[in-house]
Amino acid sequence: MSVGSTPPVAEPTALKPSDYKGKVDPDWCAGCGDFGVLRGLQKACAELGIRPHEILTVSGIGCSSNFPGFFNAYGMHTLHGRSLAVATGAQMANHELHVVATGGDGDGYGIGGNHFAHTARRNVNITYLVMNNQIYGLTTGQISPTSSAGMKTKSTPFGSVEMPVNPITTAIMNGATFVARGYSGDGKQLVGLMKMALQHTGFALIDIFSPCVTFNHDNDYSFFKPRIKRLEDENHDPSDWKTACEKAMLWGDTIYTGLFLQRFAKSLDQAEPVLDEGGPMAHRPLGLSDEQAQKLIAGMM
Amino acid sequence: MIQREFDFALAIGGAAGQGIATPGNILARIFVRRGLHLNAYNAFQSIIRGGHIFLTIRISDQEALSHGDKLDLLVCLNQDTMDRHLRIMEPGSSVVYNSDVIKPGEAKDGVQLCPMPIVDITSGNRNRLMQNTGALGVSMSLMGLDFHILEDSLTLQFQRKGQAVVDENVGVARAGFEFAKANFSAFPKQPPVGPKPLAAWVGNDALAMGGAAAGVKFYCAYPMSPSTGVLHWMAQNAPALDIMVRQIEDEIGVANVAIGAAHAGCRTMCATSGGGFALMTEAIGASAMMEIPVVFINVQRAGPSTGVPTKTEQGDLWQMLGASQGDFQRFIVAPLDTLDAFNTIPELFNLTDKYQCPGMVLSDLLISEGTFSVDPDQINLQPKIDRSGLITESSSTDGYLRYKNTEDGISPRAIPGLEGYVHVVSTDEHDENGVLISDEFTNPHKRRMMVEKRARKFDGILDQIEAPELVGPEDAEVTLVGWGSTHSVIKEAIDQLEARGVIANQLSIKWIVPLHTEAVTDIFSRAKKTIMVENNHSGQFARYLRSESGLTADGHIRKYDGEPFMPHHIVDGVLELLAGKTDHYVPFQEIMV
Repeated sequence: MSVGSTPPVAEPTALKPSDYKGKVDPDWCAGCGDFGVLRGLQKACAELGIRPHEILTVSGIGCSSNFPGFFNAYGMHTLHGRSLAVATGAQMANHELHVVATGGDGDGYGIGGNHFAHTARRNVNITYLVMNNQIYGLTTGQISPTSSAGMKTKSTPFGSVEMPVNPITTAIMNGATFVARGYSGDGKQLVGLMKMALQHTGFALIDIFSPCVTFNHDNDYSFFKPRIKRLEDENHDPSDWKTACEKAMLWGDTIYTGLFLQRFAKSLDQAEPVLDEGGPMAHRPLGLSDEQAQKLIAGMM
Repeated sequence: MIQREFDFALAIGGAAGQGIATPGNILARIFVRRGLHLNAYNAFQSIIRGGHIFLTIRISDQEALSHGDKLDLLVCLNQDTMDRHLRIMEPGSSVVYNSDVIKPGEAKDGVQLCPMPIVDITSGNRNRLMQNTGALGVSMSLMGLDFHILEDSLTLQFQRKGQAVVDENVGVARAGFEFAKANFSAFPKQPPVGPKPLAAWVGNDALAMGGAAAGVKFYCAYPMSPSTGVLHWMAQNAPALDIMVRQIEDEIGVANVAIGAAHAGCRTMCATSGGGFALMTEAIGASAMMEIPVVFINVQRAGPSTGVPTKTEQGDLWQMLGASQGDFQRFIVAPLDTLDAFNTIPELFNLTDKYQCPGMVLSDLLISEGTFSVDPDQINLQPKIDRSGLITESSSTDGYLRYKNTEDGISPRAIPGLEGYVHVVSTDEHDENGVLISDEFTNPHKRRMMVEKRARKFDGILDQIEAPELVGPEDAEVTLVGWGSTHSVIKEAIDQLEARGVIANQLSIKWIVPLHTEAVTDIFSRAKKTIMVENNHSGQFARYLRSESGLTADGHIRKYDGEPFMPHHIVDGVLELLAGKTDHYVPFQEIMV
């Protein structure tokens, strides 16, 4: 698989998943799907040999957005819904960083929905891991943008009458170049997807079913286990966006996980002319040269 | 008191789409190249075609502090302009209009009407933009200037469009010039030549150039009047100046993208107006909590809500003061004029880098969209850049604490990507090492420590910024107090008051937060009478000053009709206040624009 101009990675020698253990242990409920996502990223980074200081994780707010604190790398725990905006600024300011945005379905598809669409179309070189539990957990159980119609929660005690957003088709339609779905109960597939996403040049979404064992009893492990089928077992062609959309929309006895779509296009940092030469903006000299100053004054006259 | 040998104002009025900007730019360039001081104010509305646009250009041999009180020359490009403004033209003034399509009304005695039969004098040219060029020719003749000056300027303006366009414009201008010479009397005083050529500077360009000079490497924005000029300048100059410019989907995104870029290590700036600033608000608190410096510019327009998008006001002070929840340290600075706006940006970046907090600039439409003359030698494009020990190189140091509880509250700041400094920043309350303590209900001591650490950064902060000073005679009858963009017009009003026998002095406040409370209190204590001049309805600065110092002014002059103060508005107000007729004067806006 082509990896475009993804920043070079170190030799995968001594790094172990435990090297990415954060300063504190997660405060997630026992059985929370987010543990699988944390373990998955630790393993993927170790296997790819990306060293902690080369990674910047950026999250919003929510249970899963506590992620940066549990992962040993540079991290930013920002505002609710704003992880992709902050990540965009950081990635464009230093395109040598591996920028990984993490968060939940409410954070990413609800309050942050605007940034989701625009980060996808801009093809910003970010890996975006959404721990989708189809519920607002930190606020103790209300519907999220991915909650199924009919779902009863504290904010919809008589059942939700709204249709959920489909993150996969939304991402594809907005121009994301890597769109995958994972399941935190399938660590092996998830690590594989994460490694591909980290090596992909451009905006890479992995929407990850990450069951909330406390507030969503409709979509727990027993719901997903019998339904989930892997795209790779059916030889899905990730360049075929139409089939990708058809398979992404299935939500019944069969729910697909795996890489729905991947295409290769310039990421925003590659398309930005100011970055053609000179390295990351963050490391460039500040201020104006004599020549630049003289030209500005001449331009005013 | 400024003694003016020459003081002349002309206005060009028409509808949007009639091309007022071009003759305006041509005249402005002619004047500043001649070394004349210039102040241009464009009154317009938020419509694409139609409406009424009224560009006032005042020129003088001395600093042009405002767009002035009177018009010497009115150029009407449509009937509406004639109908609106002929009545304000005083004896000695002239009114130029295309007599093919515009009928004059009743003029005061001594006002010279200058009908210009454009089709006749150009042998049948019906290009509707030619009345603009013809009017330029007439104006040059009335001002007693040589035609070749206009010819050179037209050539420069139109050469990109080809020789035919140059020839057509020069021909029409010459026809207007000759026609005026034969039919109208010129003004008695011809514009002098100043000691050296000056440049015309738009405030938004000055703010943007200030950013470039300060080392801004990342600029992002969402277009919003009247701040959009900063984005345009940055986008135009980004390749040559090595700056990344991004247009973002909304101002929430702008502020957060800016925080990301600033955290990564770039000096980062963004500009908006009040509505966009409201959307940025939550992120400003995030910048404070994560201690990531970003410069936010708010170019005020008349509010609330969408308000009057193309009109000026000083109505966002309290929005800036209260922007974002919680207690935190911030800078708020309101530049006094264009050059000050330019100089403020590098100064603010040095401060925000040192104190690791948000810096906010309060500009307004008057400064940002006005055009002013500047002596290019006054523009220092290579100011001091001091990042105050920002860590940008790897090290093997152990035990790095991003939020170390230091004596002065300032913690070592390292940018991501460096070996040896891995850390997490957080909008949640955190410990010295960045670990969240927001939910550690058992440890209020850590919370208190972090609040005090951030607050301590501002201990002694007043030493870092200039205190406001009283300008003018110590024993003045009255002290005029203003903040931000009213500085220049108040200065001019004080000259006019002196001519009418009232001695006033001036206190202009630039740094709003932190505020030099003691210096202001001292000045108030020495003042015989204080009058506060503000471009808003509720006296936002008056209320702020009272909250910080307990000081109250003896009288207030407030204007909130969308148009900036003219000097005589302040003069009239001061005279009424001194006469005891009122303690709160609201000037009447005579020019309907």
